[in-house]
Amino acid sequence: MAKQGDWVRIHRVILPAEERTANLPEDTKKVPFEMWVKGHLLEDGELGDQVRIRTVSGREEHGALIEVNPQFDVNFGNFVPEVLEMDVRLRTALFGKEAE
Amino acid sequence: MKDLSYSAVMGRKNEIIKDAMGVDYRRYEREGIIFDYEAMMTDCGYSLEDHIRIQRSVNVGNTPVFELHNLTALARKLAAPGKGARIFIKDEASNPAGSFKERRAAASVYHAKKLGYKGVIAATSGNYGAAVASQAAMQGLKCIIVQECYDSHAKGQPEIIEKARKCEALGAEVLQLSVGPELFYQVLLLLEETGFFNASLYSAFGVSGIETLGWELGHQFMEKYGRHPDAVVCANAGGGNLTGTARGLLKAGCPAKVIGAAVDLSGLHMASDTAFNRKSFTTAHTGFGVPYATNPDHSDVPRSAARPLRYMDRFVTVKEGEVFYITEAVATLEGMEKGPAGNTSLTAAFALAQEMDEDQIIVAQETEYTGAGKGINPQLSFARSNGIELKFGDPDEEIAGKNIVFPADPSLLKARDLDMDELRRKFIRRAVKGLDRALSEAELAFLAEETRSTVDFVKATLQ
Repeated sequence: MAKQGDWVRIHRVILPAEERTANLPEDTKKVPFEMWVKGHLLEDGELGDQVRIRTVSGREEHGALIEVNPQFDVNFGNFVPEVLEMDVRLRTALFGKEAE
Repeated sequence: MKDLSYSAVMGRKNEIIKDAMGVDYRRYEREGIIFDYEAMMTDCGYSLEDHIRIQRSVNVGNTPVFELHNLTALARKLAAPGKGARIFIKDEASNPAGSFKERRAAASVYHAKKLGYKGVIAATSGNYGAAVASQAAMQGLKCIIVQECYDSHAKGQPEIIEKARKCEALGAEVLQLSVGPELFYQVLLLLEETGFFNASLYSAFGVSGIETLGWELGHQFMEKYGRHPDAVVCANAGGGNLTGTARGLLKAGCPAKVIGAAVDLSGLHMASDTAFNRKSFTTAHTGFGVPYATNPDHSDVPRSAARPLRYMDRFVTVKEGEVFYITEAVATLEGMEKGPAGNTSLTAAFALAQEMDEDQIIVAQETEYTGAGKGINPQLSFARSNGIELKFGDPDEEIAGKNIVFPADPSLLKARDLDMDELRRKFIRRAVKGLDRALSEAELAFLAEETRSTVDFVKATLQ
């Protein structure tokens, strides 16, 4: 249950696949045009409910409630061994074998 | 109640843009296909002096130039005797929000405020969003950034998600969309709903704002090294970076060659849902660089101020694996972590320096900030999780969307020339498409100017 005033993320289909512009690659034509945005809830609601929000720019938006207290999960990614290998090759190329 | 359907909103496009920018682009239309580019740049742009004053007042610009001694030494090891120009970067990452894009944003936001708009809207998945958000925060306006962000599985590039984070951190509303050109429809809807200013990347304010970068370059090298740089490499996507920089160099009296650089993503369709997350670069790639060079007015304003073919001496491509490799080289050999996209021009510069004499100077004219989501590791990790093969080898064997090939040896790194005349011919054919008559002398001269060619070249193309 999310309360009025909670910071949430909503999702809405803007154009169903059949209403999309004609000039699209085949794969994109088959899927809807979608939107995600965050704001403060204007009414109580459950996940999945159609709700209204107020965004930080002051606009009212509506859509399905998908996340309460949404967070960013960007990180530094999994270890990529090739990155270390690039370092070794670059140092060797510039400074010679003694760099190893 | 206004009709908000796709066709109705697109039909009101010109009216919406006019209200959202305070510019009537029809004022610059002349006979036939001609429009007066310089009049547009003078009328609705700001002078170079205005831009310098505005940018100084919001802490933008005046960024340092650094010589990359170790990268230069490595290039000289690979070059013929006497070859290997000195390689420099202009550290645009030191702008408040971390990229040169703030030069574009500063005057747009300033202008919006001057005209009494309450907020600004920009369509961008890249650094321009952070730039507009930062300037809006500084100048006290509201800000909405519209991003093409996710594929149909709601999966997004770490670099774009990071940009959303940064825009929100700087106080903006971020509206995220799935893949598709209908983004423009959504932007028009928002402009109409809010009455905010359209901080287009392609406005005269935006593009003339970058002139300070070229102008600073011209002056910095004269002051510090007593000479002009010989070549300036600009990452080229929508064309504004190159256009603005070249115009600034000219105003500083700097004769440097202006070279565009883009990551080769040929074969990947830019509006494809499935290809969206198979590319590891979200900007400065051929998917933007080539179509915008040959058809610049295909943007969110009727006449784009970014017209790279007017200024470009060469246009080269590099591979994804090569840019990651140079990004790592900047970290491990120069001790600086910078974002991959900003290193596109440096990758080209590293290869091009090897064609030039030792006493010459080549500059990659931007860097960008980096961090979680935006570094080399998250981008490569994301690529691998999408089934892209990562390997060492010959970058010429790289196929965008299938693999990323890091040079097994730095000597394998290349700058590959695009055929400038072919780009000019594409531009000319596009400009006369659907035209059922012969061009006037003035129109022929206009196309020669647009493509930096000659009337004879235009005539030969049209025959």
